[in-house]
Amino acid sequence: MTPVSSSLRRGPAGGPRPQDGARHSRQRPRRRWRQRLTPWLFLLVPLALLITFSYVPIINMIVYSFTDWDGVSPDYTFTGLENYVEIFTRPELFRVFVASAYYLGAAVLQIVLALYFATVLSFNTRFRNLFKGILFFPYLINGVAIGFVFLYFFQEGGTFDTVLRLFGIGGEHLWLGDPDLVNYSLAGVSVWRYMGLNFVLFLGAIQSIAPELYEAAELDGANRWQQFRFIIVPSLRPLIGLTAILAISGCLSVFEIPYIMTGGAGASETFVIQTIKLAFRFNKTGLASAAAVVLLVIILLVAWVQRRIVPEERVTS
Amino acid sequence: MTTAVRARVASTLKYLSLIVAGLVVLLPLGVVLLTSLKTSDELAAGSGPLTPPGDWLNLANYVTAFEKGRMAEAALNTFVILVVSITGTVFIGSAAAYAIDRFDFRLKKLIVALFLFATLVPSITTQVTTFQVIDQLGLFNTRLAPIMLYLGTDIVAIYIFLQFIRSIPISVDEAARLDGASSFTIYRKIILPLLKPAIATVVIVKGIAVYNDFYIPFLYMPDQGLGTISTSLFRFKGPFGAHWENISAGAILVIVPTLAVFLLLQRFIYNGLTRGAAK
Repeated sequence: MTPVSSSLRRGPAGGPRPQDGARHSRQRPRRRWRQRLTPWLFLLVPLALLITFSYVPIINMIVYSFTDWDGVSPDYTFTGLENYVEIFTRPELFRVFVASAYYLGAAVLQIVLALYFATVLSFNTRFRNLFKGILFFPYLINGVAIGFVFLYFFQEGGTFDTVLRLFGIGGEHLWLGDPDLVNYSLAGVSVWRYMGLNFVLFLGAIQSIAPELYEAAELDGANRWQQFRFIIVPSLRPLIGLTAILAISGCLSVFEIPYIMTGGAGASETFVIQTIKLAFRFNKTGLASAAAVVLLVIILLVAWVQRRIVPEERVTS
Repeated sequence: MTTAVRARVASTLKYLSLIVAGLVVLLPLGVVLLTSLKTSDELAAGSGPLTPPGDWLNLANYVTAFEKGRMAEAALNTFVILVVSITGTVFIGSAAAYAIDRFDFRLKKLIVALFLFATLVPSITTQVTTFQVIDQLGLFNTRLAPIMLYLGTDIVAIYIFLQFIRSIPISVDEAARLDGASSFTIYRKIILPLLKPAIATVVIVKGIAVYNDFYIPFLYMPDQGLGTISTSLFRFKGPFGAHWENISAGAILVIVPTLAVFLLLQRFIYNGLTRGAAK
């Protein structure tokens, strides 16, 4: 993200322009007024939408988090920190973060794979564009379609079991029914789905490295691994940092794939699924709001850490 | 090991890894394609997932999925929402970026900070209260609900436009202003046309997001007649139960347009996403 504030520029557009004296003084008040109003005309709709759909919900959410509102009845009472105490003391509400750990592991795997394939495919390789397209395409596929594709893939005695049998690993597994396996299966789907995006971003960054650098390194006798280690990795560091932070906030807000595939039942329930269930199924709007505030605070913390670690100028290339 | 042998081994391993990765991506999709061409009798008789269908041209499942799944209606709904929200995003985002970059006004820093902070808040966290806002505005169960949300919560577009507007020299504006052009004329006749590459980026990034979004239409338009591609496909879970031949056909129907657009616009999609993400 680019800091808008850091590069605010004084545009000359607002300044007065030389005019001949008489006209100048007569038109001045009106012109001033119009000049002052113009930017607001351009900002009217964007600001109205921003406030209605971002800030009103955020403020309401914080207010509701201190109440026992059920989301339906006209009145509610303020209960202070009760909701927050409940979140941090009821272990079953906290258990959903276990699922996040699996997605975090998946994110690490995803970044490593993306880095490997981006490096391999940025050098001379046959069918480069074909492989690039295949690896990237899953990112574009509709999430519901992906959910169905993998529901079928993971059926007992289905595709995955059949393929494993070809390699001599027998047996039928409840890939989505077994609480010990379900999160591995779902995290695997998320690697399948999102690896391509990271891969394409890394590929773009690698290709913007000046080719002279490799030539110079080759003349100095550096091998492929050394080129990767000392040229590619350092130049990708800001992007890798950004991806890692996005992965953390991403794995906290996983919703779609587990909801579609398992209904978010049992061990596969994530924080967001739980919040949605609390709000819309159990009518605990107050508690759900408090949960959402907790998630928001965690994500803001992560974003703040990112800004500390990765200086902004280096992210935009 | 000599260098030549080592290079040969490395190259073999490289292609092996690429082929394995390709198979991992294509196998789950390929199996669904095979299943979509099988009859329910074939599946009942225990046709394995990797077994080819008896008749490669059996399109009966596609007809069933298309008609019973109300896919025509879903495509139309998605199309309307897509066009309105993308057009709106382009105008709203570019207008906001123009005002922020080209004018000096009071509260500018505050407004920039408001937009900036909003990018940090994942919309999924505020969904519970956003729901109340949509409900109170009377937008629940209308196509306007997703449209307004796509317009109102897309701050990324403003950043993409801001990046590009910065690269347009201010002297261009000044020259036009000396010729008597108003700010609105400058925006419409000079800035917008020069923003074409940014518009392409926003259209692609936004288009992918809206076409594939499940959550917003699912939550805000539960009405049967208001299904989008995503929610209509999700409803296959009910009526088709374990009829995998029909569900597979539905999934393939949804994937094929994406594949067609991808093959046509590959280069632009890669560039658009790289720009959109590195913003």
